[in-house]
Amino acid sequence: MSKMTRKTRHDIFIHAILILLVMVLAFPVYFALITSTLSFQESYQYPPKLIPGKQFMSNFQEVWDRINMGRLFFNSTFISIIVAIVKTILALLAAFAYTHFKFRGQGLLFSMCMITQMLPLPVRIVPTYQLMASFNWINSYYALTVPFFASTTGLLLFRQFYLTIPKDLPDAARVDGASPMRYFLQILVPISKTNIAALFVIEFIFMWSQYLWPLIVTTTAEMRVVQIGIKMLLASEQIAPEWNVVMAATVIVMLPPLVVLMLLRKSFVQGIAMQTSK
Amino acid sequence: MQEDRFPGHKFLPYLLIAPSIAVIIVFLIGPFVQSIRESLFVSTPFGTKTIYVGLRNYVRLFSSPDYRSSVIATFKFSAFVIIGGLSISLAIAQLLNQKIKGVGFYQVALIWTYAISPTVAGVIWASMFAPATGLIPYIVSKLSGGYTLNWMTNGNIALFVVATAATWKMLGYNIIFFLAGLQNVPDEFLEAAQMDGAGSWKAFWRITFPMLSPTTSFLLFVNMLYAFFQVFGLIDIMTRGGPGNATELLVYKLYRDGFIHLNTGFASAQSLVIFLVISVVAIIQLRIVTQKAIYSR
Repeated sequence: MSKMTRKTRHDIFIHAILILLVMVLAFPVYFALITSTLSFQESYQYPPKLIPGKQFMSNFQEVWDRINMGRLFFNSTFISIIVAIVKTILALLAAFAYTHFKFRGQGLLFSMCMITQMLPLPVRIVPTYQLMASFNWINSYYALTVPFFASTTGLLLFRQFYLTIPKDLPDAARVDGASPMRYFLQILVPISKTNIAALFVIEFIFMWSQYLWPLIVTTTAEMRVVQIGIKMLLASEQIAPEWNVVMAATVIVMLPPLVVLMLLRKSFVQGIAMQTSK
Repeated sequence: MQEDRFPGHKFLPYLLIAPSIAVIIVFLIGPFVQSIRESLFVSTPFGTKTIYVGLRNYVRLFSSPDYRSSVIATFKFSAFVIIGGLSISLAIAQLLNQKIKGVGFYQVALIWTYAISPTVAGVIWASMFAPATGLIPYIVSKLSGGYTLNWMTNGNIALFVVATAATWKMLGYNIIFFLAGLQNVPDEFLEAAQMDGAGSWKAFWRITFPMLSPTTSFLLFVNMLYAFFQVFGLIDIMTRGGPGNATELLVYKLYRDGFIHLNTGFASAQSLVIFLVISVVAIIQLRIVTQKAIYSR
């Protein structure tokens, strides 16, 4: 047997396994999509239906009306975009300071930023909630966004990149008489595009997925977010869940982060690759 | 190691980090310190009065059978999600990291679960496993000749289903990082090993796996945070800790004690215990990463 055909056979085998994996991984979403197109009766058919029905629009309408999905969708989009943007700006500024300056207390202040990842919300949840109450922030966009503004991920992502920048770059800017902030805005930020896009993906998905915190700090239906919306649909059922309606909501909730990931996929993957290579 | 690129701007760096530091002090360190304090108190219902009780919250915690069962459930759940998830993802990433056509397509088709939220993952798997009418109980019943699979009455199955949903959601993220890590392993190393007569299995464990250790330890930490905290929504939507308290993970118990039973001192004590566990893992992870950095220099 020639070497070529052995390689081809090997490749076909790999392709077969990969395609199988792709299908297995995608199956739950396929199932959700199918269910979202069925009528209530069809969704309880036995054996379960695996081909699409015709009810998606009416299920969709039902979701929109029953839990005010339009509003929830706006809330989730708004807080996700705000948090992703503010986190990116704060991380850019901090990474610039830590890599281009030498100042007293630098090490200590850097460890303070690093500690963020050891203090996820649940280890400080009760006092953080009490803080929101004392600021009168319960049930407001402030409570849904401001406590999330610090980002270790972003700081590390930009810092890692800035440490690889040849020192001639800032030095030349300085010799040309550029102020630090001008260098930052006109040179550093533009060359950080890939990392900014990567961080946007990470933080958007992170915020879009929030559940526990919005559950605690929001009290009225119009301040809820989409993740809670799914729960509201499930909980409103006395008897059997209307899976068709729930899945229509699920499909809507799934879309925005998927779109963000797909649109910015190249930068995202590059950003991750940059971070893993030391 | 780094020099001052803009000498003469003494005040600027502080200004640049001020917003980050302010957020960290006000919303992270402040509440965390307060959390330590509150763990030493109990509050009367409606929070009208707080009484200093020393370590009694902790004593109560460690002598509570509910807490012990929550620790065990969390341990089983995390072990499944971390070990299962990481091994599957590494195997998939290794398959993807070969010179075959269509890698770009497979990459997209295998990483997207990263964008799925835990809640969405939970609700989809709950519907697939819906007792009596769901797809999986149907298949199981057909294959076994009539066995009725009901994860809502069987604690072990419930924990398994919840853990499977959580693992599925995290595969995309893990594959992205493993793939990035694998692409940093130089081909020459593997070729050299193969020339020395090592099979690809041996080459993987001798060369690829050790060189991946920074990625692996990073993912270990991230997956642990995920399994400990981010799955809250998944649990709330799938089981609410049930049946019994089979799937009442630590974060869920913390939420119940703190925000349903309004037992803030008791909940804060639980927060602190979880914090200690993550710190230990974080320190170990940091050790591995820094050791590796020295080694590769």
